[in-house]
Amino acid sequence: MTRVAVALRGFAAFWWDFIVGDDWRIAAAIVIAFAATAAVATTSFPAWWIVPLAVLITLALSLRSAARAARNN
Amino acid sequence: MHTTLLVLAVFAACVVESVEALTIVLAVGVTRGWHATMRGVAAGLIVLAALVAALGPALTVIPINALRLVVGGLLLVFGLGWLRKAILRASGFKGLHDEDAIYQRQLAAAEHARPGGIFGDSYAFTLAFKGVLLEGLEVVFIVLSFGANQHSIPLATVGAAAAVILVAVAGLALRAPLARVPENTLKFAVGVLLTAFGTFWGVEGADGHWPGSDVALLPIIGAVLAFALAAVWHLRRVHNRQTARSRTDPTRATEATSGSTR
Repeated sequence: MTRVAVALRGFAAFWWDFIVGDDWRIAAAIVIAFAATAAVATTSFPAWWIVPLAVLITLALSLRSAARAARNN
Repeated sequence: MHTTLLVLAVFAACVVESVEALTIVLAVGVTRGWHATMRGVAAGLIVLAALVAALGPALTVIPINALRLVVGGLLLVFGLGWLRKAILRASGFKGLHDEDAIYQRQLAAAEHARPGGIFGDSYAFTLAFKGVLLEGLEVVFIVLSFGANQHSIPLATVGAAAAVILVAVAGLALRAPLARVPENTLKFAVGVLLTAFGTFWGVEGADGHWPGSDVALLPIIGAVLAFALAAVWHLRRVHNRQTARSRTDPTRATEATSGSTR
Protein backbone atom coordinates (compact mmCIF):
# COMPACT_ATOMS: atom_id res chain seq x y z
CA MET A 1 0.00 0.00 0.00
CA THR A 2 1.35 3.47 -0.87
CA ARG A 3 2.04 6.15 1.74
CA VAL A 4 -0.90 8.21 0.47
CA ALA A 5 -3.26 5.24 0.77
CA VAL A 6 -2.03 4.55 4.31
CA ALA A 7 -2.52 8.21 5.26
CA LEU A 8 -6.02 8.29 3.72
CA ARG A 9 -6.95 5.09 5.48
CA GLY A 10 -5.70 6.49 8.80
CA PHE A 11 -7.62 9.73 8.22
CA ALA A 12 -10.84 7.83 7.45
CA ALA A 13 -10.32 5.53 10.47
CA PHE A 14 -9.84 8.56 12.73
CA TRP A 15 -13.12 10.20 11.63
CA TRP A 16 -15.01 6.89 11.77
CA ASP A 17 -13.80 6.38 15.34
CA PHE A 18 -14.45 10.02 16.25
CA ILE A 19 -18.02 10.16 14.94
CA VAL A 20 -19.27 6.57 15.15
CA GLY A 21 -17.34 5.64 18.33
CA ASP A 22 -17.44 2.34 20.20
CA ASP A 23 -20.74 1.03 18.83
CA TRP A 24 -21.67 1.61 15.16
CA ARG A 25 -25.21 0.37 15.81
CA ILE A 26 -25.97 3.57 17.75
CA ALA A 27 -25.18 5.73 14.71
CA ALA A 28 -27.14 3.38 12.42
CA ALA A 29 -30.18 3.42 14.73
CA ILE A 30 -30.17 7.24 14.83
CA VAL A 31 -30.13 7.49 11.02
CA ILE A 32 -32.98 4.96 10.73
CA ALA A 33 -35.01 6.73 13.46
CA PHE A 34 -34.59 10.12 11.73
CA ALA A 35 -35.67 8.62 8.40
CA ALA A 36 -38.71 6.97 10.01
CA THR A 37 -39.65 10.27 11.72
CA ALA A 38 -39.39 12.15 8.44
CA ALA A 39 -41.56 9.52 6.71
CA VAL A 40 -44.26 9.45 9.42
CA ALA A 41 -44.23 13.28 9.62
CA THR A 42 -45.64 13.41 6.07
CA THR A 43 -48.77 11.57 7.28
CA SER A 44 -51.39 12.68 9.80
CA PHE A 45 -49.88 10.48 12.58
CA PRO A 46 -47.66 12.06 15.26
CA ALA A 47 -43.95 11.32 14.64
CA TRP A 48 -42.22 12.82 17.73
CA TRP A 49 -42.11 9.53 19.72
CA ILE A 50 -39.98 7.55 17.23
CA VAL A 51 -36.55 9.07 18.03
CA PRO A 52 -36.89 9.00 21.86
CA LEU A 53 -38.05 5.37 21.71
CA ALA A 54 -35.18 4.44 19.38
CA VAL A 55 -32.67 6.24 21.65
CA LEU A 56 -33.78 4.34 24.76
CA ILE A 57 -33.92 0.94 23.03
CA THR A 58 -30.54 1.47 21.34
CA LEU A 59 -28.88 2.58 24.58
CA ALA A 60 -30.31 -0.42 26.44
CA LEU A 61 -29.13 -2.89 23.77
CA SER A 62 -25.69 -1.27 23.53
CA LEU A 63 -25.25 -1.40 27.33
CA ARG A 64 -26.35 -5.03 27.42
CA SER A 65 -23.85 -6.07 24.76
CA ALA A 66 -21.04 -4.04 26.43
CA ALA A 67 -21.80 -5.67 29.81
CA ARG A 68 -21.79 -9.12 28.20
CA ALA A 69 -18.50 -8.40 26.45
CA ALA A 70 -16.91 -7.20 29.73
CA ARG A 71 -18.17 -10.35 31.48
CA ASN A 72 -16.69 -12.64 28.81
CA ASN A 73 -13.28 -10.93 28.73
CA MET B 1 -33.63 28.19 29.64
CA HIS B 2 -32.17 26.54 26.52
CA THR B 3 -29.29 29.02 26.60
CA THR B 4 -28.44 28.31 30.24
CA LEU B 5 -28.46 24.56 29.60
CA LEU B 6 -26.36 25.11 26.49
CA VAL B 7 -23.63 26.99 28.38
CA LEU B 8 -23.73 24.44 31.23
CA ALA B 9 -23.38 21.49 28.84
CA VAL B 10 -20.51 23.10 26.92
CA PHE B 11 -18.78 24.12 30.18
CA ALA B 12 -19.04 20.62 31.70
CA ALA B 13 -17.94 18.89 28.47
CA CYS B 14 -14.99 21.24 28.21
CA VAL B 15 -13.97 20.67 31.87
CA VAL B 16 -13.82 16.90 31.24
CA GLU B 17 -11.75 17.22 28.06
CA SER B 18 -9.50 19.93 29.56
CA VAL B 19 -8.69 17.76 32.58
CA GLU B 20 -7.63 14.95 30.22
CA ALA B 21 -5.52 17.33 28.09
CA LEU B 22 -3.96 18.86 31.23
CA THR B 23 -2.76 15.43 32.39
CA ILE B 24 -0.87 14.93 29.11
CA VAL B 25 0.53 18.49 29.04
CA LEU B 26 1.70 18.33 32.68
CA ALA B 27 3.45 14.98 32.20
CA VAL B 28 5.24 16.23 29.08
CA GLY B 29 6.12 19.62 30.55
CA VAL B 30 7.51 18.22 33.80
CA THR B 31 9.75 15.65 32.09
CA ARG B 32 10.71 17.42 28.83
CA GLY B 33 10.64 21.10 29.81
CA TRP B 34 7.95 23.72 29.21
CA HIS B 35 9.25 25.54 26.13
CA ALA B 36 8.36 23.04 23.38
CA THR B 37 5.36 21.79 25.40
CA MET B 38 3.77 25.25 25.54
CA ARG B 39 4.43 25.72 21.82
CA GLY B 40 2.51 22.50 21.23
CA VAL B 41 -0.35 23.67 23.45
CA ALA B 42 -0.50 27.03 21.65
CA ALA B 43 -0.47 25.35 18.22
CA GLY B 44 -3.29 23.00 19.28
CA LEU B 45 -5.42 25.89 20.61
CA ILE B 46 -4.82 27.92 17.41
CA VAL B 47 -6.01 25.00 15.21
CA LEU B 48 -9.13 24.55 17.40
CA ALA B 49 -9.90 28.30 17.31
CA ALA B 50 -9.42 28.32 13.52
CA LEU B 51 -11.89 25.43 13.19
CA VAL B 52 -14.53 27.33 15.19
CA ALA B 53 -13.88 30.53 13.20
CA ALA B 54 -14.06 28.73 9.83
CA LEU B 55 -16.92 26.28 10.43
CA GLY B 56 -19.07 28.52 12.67
CA PRO B 57 -20.18 31.05 10.02
CA ALA B 58 -20.48 28.26 7.41
CA LEU B 59 -22.97 26.37 9.59
CA THR B 60 -25.25 29.40 9.97
CA VAL B 61 -25.84 29.41 6.18
CA ILE B 62 -27.39 25.91 6.24
CA PRO B 63 -31.25 25.85 6.29
CA ILE B 64 -32.50 25.46 9.88
CA ASN B 65 -34.18 22.04 9.45
CA ALA B 66 -31.16 20.47 7.75
CA LEU B 67 -28.92 22.01 10.42
CA ARG B 68 -31.09 20.61 13.23
CA LEU B 69 -31.02 17.15 11.65
CA VAL B 70 -27.20 17.14 11.33
CA VAL B 71 -26.68 18.76 14.74
CA GLY B 72 -29.24 16.47 16.38
CA GLY B 73 -27.54 13.43 14.86
CA LEU B 74 -24.06 14.53 15.98
CA LEU B 75 -25.22 15.39 19.50
CA LEU B 76 -27.02 12.04 19.79
CA VAL B 77 -23.96 10.09 18.64
CA PHE B 78 -21.65 11.98 21.02
CA GLY B 79 -24.20 12.07 23.86
CA LEU B 80 -25.05 8.37 23.72
CA GLY B 81 -21.32 7.56 23.52
CA TRP B 82 -20.57 9.62 26.66
CA LEU B 83 -23.63 8.29 28.48
CA ARG B 84 -22.87 4.66 27.60
CA LYS B 85 -19.30 4.99 28.88
CA ALA B 86 -20.38 6.83 32.06
CA ILE B 87 -23.07 4.21 32.85
CA LEU B 88 -20.62 1.32 32.33
CA ARG B 89 -18.07 3.05 34.60
CA ALA B 90 -20.63 3.90 37.30
CA SER B 91 -21.87 0.32 37.36
CA GLY B 92 -18.38 -1.23 37.54
CA PHE B 93 -18.29 -2.81 34.06
CA LYS B 94 -15.58 -0.40 32.95
CA GLY B 95 -12.64 0.89 34.98
CA LEU B 96 -12.90 4.51 36.17
CA HIS B 97 -10.75 7.05 34.34
CA ASP B 98 -7.70 7.38 36.61
CA GLU B 99 -5.83 10.65 35.91
CA ASP B 100 -3.01 9.72 38.33
CA ALA B 101 -2.32 6.40 36.56
CA ILE B 102 -2.47 8.05 33.12
CA TYR B 103 -0.09 10.77 34.37
CA GLN B 104 2.42 8.16 35.58
CA ARG B 105 2.26 6.30 32.24
CA GLN B 106 2.81 9.55 30.29
CA LEU B 107 5.74 10.47 32.59
CA ALA B 108 7.44 7.12 31.98
CA ALA B 109 6.96 7.34 28.21
CA ALA B 110 8.20 10.95 28.06
CA GLU B 111 11.35 10.16 30.06
CA HIS B 112 12.42 7.48 27.58
CA ALA B 113 11.81 9.43 24.35
CA ARG B 114 14.77 10.99 22.58
CA PRO B 115 15.08 14.82 22.45
CA GLY B 116 15.74 16.99 19.39
CA GLY B 117 13.83 18.13 16.30
CA ILE B 118 12.70 21.28 14.52
CA PHE B 119 10.58 22.51 17.45
CA GLY B 120 13.39 22.20 20.00
CA ASP B 121 11.89 18.97 21.30
CA SER B 122 9.63 17.36 18.71
CA TYR B 123 8.37 14.74 21.15
CA ALA B 124 7.15 17.33 23.66
CA PHE B 125 5.68 19.56 20.94
CA THR B 126 3.86 16.74 19.15
CA LEU B 127 2.46 15.13 22.28
CA ALA B 128 1.20 18.44 23.71
CA PHE B 129 -0.23 19.45 20.30
CA LYS B 130 -1.99 16.10 19.81
CA GLY B 131 -3.28 16.07 23.40
CA VAL B 132 -4.87 19.51 23.09
CA LEU B 133 -6.17 18.95 19.54
CA LEU B 134 -7.70 15.51 20.06
CA GLU B 135 -9.26 16.28 23.43
CA GLY B 136 -10.51 19.63 22.13
CA LEU B 137 -11.98 18.42 18.85
CA GLU B 138 -15.12 16.95 20.42
CA VAL B 139 -15.67 20.17 22.39
CA VAL B 140 -15.34 22.18 19.16
CA PHE B 141 -18.09 20.07 17.57
CA ILE B 142 -20.30 20.48 20.65
CA VAL B 143 -19.70 24.27 20.68
CA LEU B 144 -20.49 24.51 16.97
CA SER B 145 -23.56 22.24 17.19
CA PHE B 146 -25.11 24.08 20.12
CA GLY B 147 -23.98 27.51 19.03
CA ALA B 148 -25.13 27.30 15.40
CA ASN B 149 -28.54 25.93 16.32
CA GLN B 150 -29.20 28.48 19.06
CA HIS B 151 -27.47 31.30 17.13
CA SER B 152 -25.03 31.76 20.01
CA ILE B 153 -21.62 30.43 18.99
CA PRO B 154 -19.90 33.28 20.95
CA LEU B 155 -21.83 32.32 24.12
CA ALA B 156 -20.96 28.62 23.69
CA THR B 157 -17.33 29.64 23.11
CA VAL B 158 -17.37 31.66 26.36
CA GLY B 159 -18.59 28.55 28.22
CA ALA B 160 -15.77 26.48 26.72
CA ALA B 161 -13.11 29.16 27.32
CA ALA B 162 -14.20 29.55 30.97
CA ALA B 163 -13.72 25.81 31.50
CA VAL B 164 -10.26 25.82 29.86
CA ILE B 165 -9.13 28.78 31.98
CA LEU B 166 -10.52 27.24 35.19
CA VAL B 167 -8.77 23.90 34.58
CA ALA B 168 -5.51 25.58 33.48
CA VAL B 169 -5.41 27.80 36.59
CA ALA B 170 -6.19 24.84 38.87
CA GLY B 171 -3.50 22.77 37.13
CA LEU B 172 -0.91 25.54 37.47
CA ALA B 173 -1.76 26.04 41.14
CA LEU B 174 -1.57 22.34 42.01
CA ARG B 175 1.11 21.34 39.49
CA ALA B 176 -0.49 17.89 39.48
CA PRO B 177 -3.20 16.12 37.49
CA LEU B 178 -6.72 17.02 38.63
CA ALA B 179 -7.54 13.52 39.85
CA ARG B 180 -10.26 14.74 42.22
CA VAL B 181 -12.48 16.24 39.53
CA PRO B 182 -15.60 14.01 39.43
CA GLU B 183 -14.97 13.25 35.77
CA ASN B 184 -17.45 10.41 35.44
CA THR B 185 -20.27 12.39 37.06
CA LEU B 186 -19.59 15.28 34.67
CA LYS B 187 -19.47 12.88 31.74
CA PHE B 188 -22.80 11.39 32.84
CA ALA B 189 -24.43 14.85 33.10
CA VAL B 190 -23.06 15.97 29.72
CA GLY B 191 -24.20 12.68 28.16
CA VAL B 192 -27.75 13.24 29.45
CA LEU B 193 -27.87 16.84 28.16
CA LEU B 194 -26.38 16.04 24.73
CA THR B 195 -28.74 13.08 24.27
CA ALA B 196 -31.76 15.18 25.26
CA PHE B 197 -30.84 18.13 22.99
CA GLY B 198 -29.97 15.72 20.15
CA THR B 199 -33.35 13.99 20.47
CA PHE B 200 -35.20 17.32 20.57
CA TRP B 201 -33.46 18.91 17.57
CA GLY B 202 -33.30 15.67 15.57
CA VAL B 203 -37.10 15.28 15.69
CA GLU B 204 -37.62 18.94 14.75
CA GLY B 205 -35.13 18.61 11.89
CA ALA B 206 -37.02 15.57 10.57
CA ASP B 207 -40.24 17.67 10.53
CA GLY B 208 -41.70 16.08 13.64
CA HIS B 209 -43.49 18.37 16.09
CA TRP B 210 -43.12 18.08 19.85
CA PRO B 211 -46.25 18.33 21.99
CA GLY B 212 -45.79 21.54 23.97
CA SER B 213 -43.09 22.79 21.58
CA ASP B 214 -39.92 24.05 23.40
CA VAL B 215 -41.23 22.98 26.83
CA ALA B 216 -40.87 19.35 25.70
CA LEU B 217 -37.11 19.58 26.31
CA LEU B 218 -37.54 19.35 30.10
CA PRO B 219 -39.46 16.03 30.11
CA ILE B 220 -36.95 14.67 27.58
CA ILE B 221 -34.04 15.53 29.93
CA GLY B 222 -35.98 13.96 32.81
CA ALA B 223 -36.73 10.79 30.85
CA VAL B 224 -33.11 10.33 29.68
CA LEU B 225 -31.81 10.98 33.21
CA ALA B 226 -34.30 8.52 34.78
CA PHE B 227 -33.45 5.86 32.20
CA ALA B 228 -29.69 6.33 32.70
CA LEU B 229 -29.98 6.15 36.51
CA ALA B 230 -32.14 3.02 36.23
CA ALA B 231 -29.53 1.48 33.90
CA VAL B 232 -26.73 2.21 36.43
CA TRP B 233 -28.83 0.69 39.24
CA HIS B 234 -29.63 -2.45 37.21
CA LEU B 235 -26.11 -2.98 35.84
CA ARG B 236 -24.55 -2.39 39.27
CA ARG B 237 -26.73 -5.18 40.69
CA VAL B 238 -25.72 -7.49 37.82
CA HIS B 239 -22.05 -6.63 38.37
CA ASN B 240 -22.28 -7.18 42.14
CA ARG B 241 -24.00 -10.55 41.59
CA GLN B 242 -21.20 -11.60 39.23
CA THR B 243 -18.54 -10.45 41.69
CA ALA B 244 -20.19 -12.39 44.55
CA ARG B 245 -20.46 -15.51 42.35
CA SER B 246 -16.82 -15.27 41.29
CA ARG B 247 -15.76 -15.11 44.97
CA THR B 248 -17.51 -18.41 45.70
CA ASP B 249 -16.43 -19.99 42.40
CA PRO B 250 -12.78 -19.11 41.53
CA THR B 251 -13.14 -20.53 37.99
CA ARG B 252 -15.46 -17.58 37.25
CA ALA B 253 -13.07 -15.03 38.73
CA THR B 254 -12.29 -13.40 35.40
CA GLU B 255 -15.97 -12.81 34.63
CA ALA B 256 -16.42 -10.01 37.12
CA THR B 257 -13.29 -8.04 36.35
CA SER B 258 -13.72 -4.54 35.03
CA GLY B 259 -12.75 -3.56 31.51
CA SER B 260 -10.12 -1.05 30.44
CA THR B 261 -10.28 2.64 31.41
CA ARG B 262 -10.55 3.83 27.81
